[in-house]
Amino acid sequence: MRGLRILGVSLVAILAATSSDVAAEEKVIRVTAEKFKFTPAVIELKLGEPVVLELTTLDRKHGFQVSDLNIDENIEPGRVTRVRIVPGQTGTFLFHCDVFCGSGHEDMAGEIVVKP
Amino acid sequence: MNEPRGRREFIKVLGFGGVVFASGLAGACAHTLRKSGGHEDDFFFVQLSDTHWGFKGPPNPEAANTLRQAVRAVNALPQQPDFIVFTGDLIHTTDDEAERHRRMREFKAIVADLKAPVQRYMPGEHDASLDQGKAFQEHFGATHYSFDHKGIHFAVLDNVSDPRAAIGDAQLDWLLADLKPFPASAPIVVFTHRPLFDLAPQWDWATKDGSKAIDLLQHWKNVTVFYGHIHQEHHFRTGAIAHHAAQSLIFPLPAPLSQPKRAPVPWDPAHPRRGLGFREISVDESRVVLGLREDSLEGAVQPVAASGSY
Repeated sequence: MRGLRILGVSLVAILAATSSDVAAEEKVIRVTAEKFKFTPAVIELKLGEPVVLELTTLDRKHGFQVSDLNIDENIEPGRVTRVRIVPGQTGTFLFHCDVFCGSGHEDMAGEIVVKP
Repeated sequence: MNEPRGRREFIKVLGFGGVVFASGLAGACAHTLRKSGGHEDDFFFVQLSDTHWGFKGPPNPEAANTLRQAVRAVNALPQQPDFIVFTGDLIHTTDDEAERHRRMREFKAIVADLKAPVQRYMPGEHDASLDQGKAFQEHFGATHYSFDHKGIHFAVLDNVSDPRAAIGDAQLDWLLADLKPFPASAPIVVFTHRPLFDLAPQWDWATKDGSKAIDLLQHWKNVTVFYGHIHQEHHFRTGAIAHHAAQSLIFPLPAPLSQPKRAPVPWDPAHPRRGLGFREISVDESRVVLGLREDSLEGAVQPVAASGSY
């Protein structure tokens, strides 16, 4: 049994390492990007509750920047970009695509709302 | 500058040996230079920005006319500027590559009517970010370069061909090499599209590595940056460097972070050209005093009867 427990711990460690610090029990929110919107455009989080955003694109390369949270990621076709957030303060934090993607690029934005 | 205080009157003097702002009707710089009996080496140039040729939409139902109105307004100045600089977003982009080229050709045909002897161009993200500047270079030439005019060194920086809004180390190396021969006291003017400083990163009003450019430029003590992108007049300083954003020629945008979204200011049919305009920059014989005059298209031009076709 002891050996199995150790194996279990190791397995969790490997999973974490291969999924950008995603702990198995953490909440996952999938966010898709496409010209010229994010879905969902409003992401609601709870203060102190860790969450992992899984970002994918439905068409081309996009960006995901939340400057107030110091997040700046690319979203590449065919790949999942994972961003782990532990909300440390309540409020609304704007995000937008920061890889110019066409005539509606300026509209491609949303907000993270952290509630108590 | 000794201006009567006019419609949107404010006159302010800042550092950089004194930068003068004035807002009002067109023709002020030419008028001022004549009125002051200006030195024969005095000159002025004009900045036009964000013309977004090809844009269609409620924020400017008259978009097919606005660029021509701007050309008429500049041509109507009492004196012609030494040169005109367009600080990016010449066209409004589209995914259709052939259409982008067509808009660039149309833009060139319209601005060919400008009387000023020289026009300088640089790209905005709408001109260059979808193809890393390829079409822009084909129609307008290099995306970054420098030139000298009557004792001032002008450097044009490209912070849009990289779709992530970076200048890039190679271009920064070029800038350093370009400026190195000049003493710290030399008057230097930088043209770029996006703000080099973090004006509002939440609205994408920044340059990824703009701080590197600012750090580099701090070595020179008389640097002024003129840019566009934010579709409104804005003035800011980073150390000794003055940064001035210009109005657009398509639709105004709200003040930075003044509302949740950076949506265009709604079009007002009673004032269809409100918030649209261009800038005259006068340079006196000292070469370190720049007079800025913000000219509104509203009231400065008569409506164009027909949009024409190209």
